[in-house]
Amino acid sequence: MSVPQSASPDAIVVRDLTRKFGSFVAVDHLSFTVRTGEIFGFLGSNGAGKTTTIRMLCGLLKPTSGAATVGGRDVGRDPEGVKARIGYMSQKFSLYELLTVDQNIRLYAELYGVPPKRFAERRRFVLAMAGLEGREKALPRDLPGGFRQRLALGCAILHEPPILFLDEPTGGVDPISRRQFWRLIDQLSKSGVTVLVTTHHLDEAEYCHRLALIHAGRLAALGTTRELKQIFADRQLVEIRTERSVDVMRALDAMEEVEESSLFGTAVHAVLRSRDVEPSEIVARLAAQHLAVESVEPVQPSLEDVFLDVVEKAGRE
Amino acid sequence: MRKALAVGKKEFRQIVRDRPTLMILLFIPVFFLLLYGYALNFDIKHVALAIEDRDDSVERRALISAFLNSGYFDLAGRLRSPADLDRAMNGNVVRAALVIPEDTGRLVRRGQPAPVQVVIDGDNANTAATVLGYAVTIVRTVSLSLIVEQQGLKLSPLVSVEPRIWYNPELKSALFLVPGLIAFIGMITATISTALSVVREKERGTWEQVRMAPINTVSYIVGKTLPYLGLSLVTSMAIIVAAMYLFGLPMRGSWWSLLLATTLFLLAALGTGLLVSTVAQSQLVAFQIVLILAFLPTFLLSGFIFPIQNMPKPIQMVTYLVPARYFLVALRGIVLKGVGLATVWQSVASLGIYFVVILGLASARLARERG
Repeated sequence: MSVPQSASPDAIVVRDLTRKFGSFVAVDHLSFTVRTGEIFGFLGSNGAGKTTTIRMLCGLLKPTSGAATVGGRDVGRDPEGVKARIGYMSQKFSLYELLTVDQNIRLYAELYGVPPKRFAERRRFVLAMAGLEGREKALPRDLPGGFRQRLALGCAILHEPPILFLDEPTGGVDPISRRQFWRLIDQLSKSGVTVLVTTHHLDEAEYCHRLALIHAGRLAALGTTRELKQIFADRQLVEIRTERSVDVMRALDAMEEVEESSLFGTAVHAVLRSRDVEPSEIVARLAAQHLAVESVEPVQPSLEDVFLDVVEKAGRE
Repeated sequence: MRKALAVGKKEFRQIVRDRPTLMILLFIPVFFLLLYGYALNFDIKHVALAIEDRDDSVERRALISAFLNSGYFDLAGRLRSPADLDRAMNGNVVRAALVIPEDTGRLVRRGQPAPVQVVIDGDNANTAATVLGYAVTIVRTVSLSLIVEQQGLKLSPLVSVEPRIWYNPELKSALFLVPGLIAFIGMITATISTALSVVREKERGTWEQVRMAPINTVSYIVGKTLPYLGLSLVTSMAIIVAAMYLFGLPMRGSWWSLLLATTLFLLAALGTGLLVSTVAQSQLVAFQIVLILAFLPTFLLSGFIFPIQNMPKPIQMVTYLVPARYFLVALRGIVLKGVGLATVWQSVASLGIYFVVILGLASARLARERG
């Protein structure tokens, strides 16, 4: 797939982007850049401002202040220019349920102005990508979620946009289809397409080259997965297995050495303030409170730990 | 424009595959036409009449036969006592009663005024007024002929009325109602289907998807409403033709004027639907707004059933905001009176203005979504 090379190495540049709805600040002075060909993950809980940011970057919503360029076009001043350079796919994978697979492809090709000469080739490409060859006459509602999702992705890139926005693209799709989907995204990225994707599936964030953590409309952390995990560099993360996790968490929170604790599956994760604290000492003190502990082990921080830590910190400030 | 056509094609395909929408567009109009066309009837005939007859004279027989031969009253029973009357009225067995006192015949023969009583069920004021009118006319006619007979005079009334009722000589209320019905059905189907089709796209997320595409909103809207305009135009014309066969609706004017007025009216209705869709976020809300904004005003404030000139002044002012009001004037003019556009141009122009204004409002609302 050929992608026009843009002169700038940065596909998306965001500076102090702010959006208010009345007195509510949905996005608060957000700044970041996305490099061409990068898969850039946008992480945050629901209501953190991810979708508002995407809508601004796609030219659907005017920024209250600040600026952003997408493919070199200013989103506030030239939304139509932006729209011509991007593909967009949302969590609902918006296909027309009453149109056949083929009719959906044709409609989006016409909406995005795919040249008639290119159409046949693009149509073949999308059908192959979605694995829908031979099912052109099927209605999307009769297809399994994974196929619909890939078809929606195909419709979003029919016009070969250099930049692709994916807003929670994998909602309601089984794990295998999700994996297939991310493989497609990876291929697109390798061919030079810039991908900005929002998700709250933290495991999916591992597919991204770089991540931005958004909390309450602000950028809380930015970097590669490895960089983000560095926030635990001078602290310790231990996993405690116990049957009385809630009581253990309460006891941990009362201890001076413990910065925070959180439920992690069936275990408890505790952040210890320094590398010097001995985990066995914590166990002893829990035992003194008649709280039996099965095991305590230092663990490598996962993205979820990072995310919880960032949110916790932001909440304290 | 090519994109608008692509959208139109897609919308048409969707409508054809979407049973509920197709029902609204095709079945509901026919259903309404039959339902309202046959059920809404203001002609008052065959009023159930009870007679309490305490006299036994030739004169009272003349009166009774005048009532029963008029075509307006049917004999529902004889009454023996005032209690019978109560029972019959309360039980809805009779709508009117004629009470003739004992010495009616004697008084008449003596040349003295002989009062007879007419009792009318007033639960429907309109019907009661009409029935009272019938009764008074019949009694007066009988009374006059009795005078003439008694005096042995050969005379005829000095002033007489020669009524000619134009455009609807038989005073069939269907002819008055059917044009209103066409406006009503057109308004409902066009407004509801447009509003729902846009809001449905909002609900499903395709609206957002399309707004991300490099197509301007106007092309999209034009493409989207085109099939609805076409379909509702076809339905409206079909209703008019059906009304000609079923209710004897005449078509005295030009089909081109009718097409122009109908197109403008449907555009106004589509514009209303579009405006609703910019406000509503769910199909249910859209439906309710259409009910309040289009259904009720078209039914009550357009002159469909209730004459506008009888409404209080402030309400008359409100009717200027109801597009069906203008369409009805144009439609009744063209269909019943056979007048040309030169006569109804004001109404037709008003529809055009309404369309432009409502489209402007809808576009402004759409533009604000970006703001």
